Amino acid sequence: MSGTNRANSRPLSPHLQIWRYHATMFASITHRITGMGLYFGTFLIGAWLIALASGPETYALLEPAFTSIPGQVVLFVWTIAALFHFATGIRFLLWDGPHIGFEPKTASAVSVFLYVFAVLGAVAIWATILWL
Amino acid sequence: MANNEFITPAKAARGLGSARAGTHDHIRQRVTAIALVFLVPWFIFSVISATNAGYESAAEWAGKPWNAILLILTAGATFYHMRIGMQIIIEDYIAKTSTRTALLILNSFAAIALFVTVALSVLKLWIGAGA
Repeated sequence: MSGTNRANSRPLSPHLQIWRYHATMFASITHRITGMGLYFGTFLIGAWLIALASGPETYALLEPAFTSIPGQVVLFVWTIAALFHFATGIRFLLWDGPHIGFEPKTASAVSVFLYVFAVLGAVAIWATILWL
Repeated sequence: MANNEFITPAKAARGLGSARAGTHDHIRQRVTAIALVFLVPWFIFSVISATNAGYESAAEWAGKPWNAILLILTAGATFYHMRIGMQIIIEDYIAKTSTRTALLILNSFAAIALFVTVALSVLKLWIGAGA
């Protein structure tokens, strides 16, 4: 932090309007947005664990926030976001490491598939938990 | 390489050149990601089950040794990963030095504070279960 204007003189990351509309562009932006959402979601899950460790009285106060319908909807959306970020994350590892799926056509097709995977995966997980 | 022999590291840094630490966060972000590939499927399934199971079952679940170990591992990898992720977003979009610095510090404090609190909560549940 020595130079006073150091950060200002460095280039910023390209902003959203610079990219051409494309499946891979959407998947990349969704990866970042879900990452930010999961950041704040982690604090909610953390609060749940802290309430659990605080004992039955504290837990009883916080439990409705998770088991009520709005709470369950938030958890369901969290599941979709987590699965999407998980899947795009694995794809980034495959791109960076062994360069798998990096051809434009494959990358576009996989981008669309990742959205389907996240939604269907979340439905499958919730169906398994609630009905089995 | 040849060019580097004629400039000192300090000169290179002032010229906005490499500080030789550019890949540090990039590599750690990927190493924690590899850990999370294994931990996250277990975590998603377990947490949804436990939040819907009531206090007794949830506390019993978190107090089992394997679950407690996996919970702390997941917490460690997650907080490291999310801290770097948010740091990259702040560095990408916040240009003003004072705001950027304040947010970067807040990000580190928040992630580390949450990790410590969650890790101690899991330890308490584990010890409470008498495992």
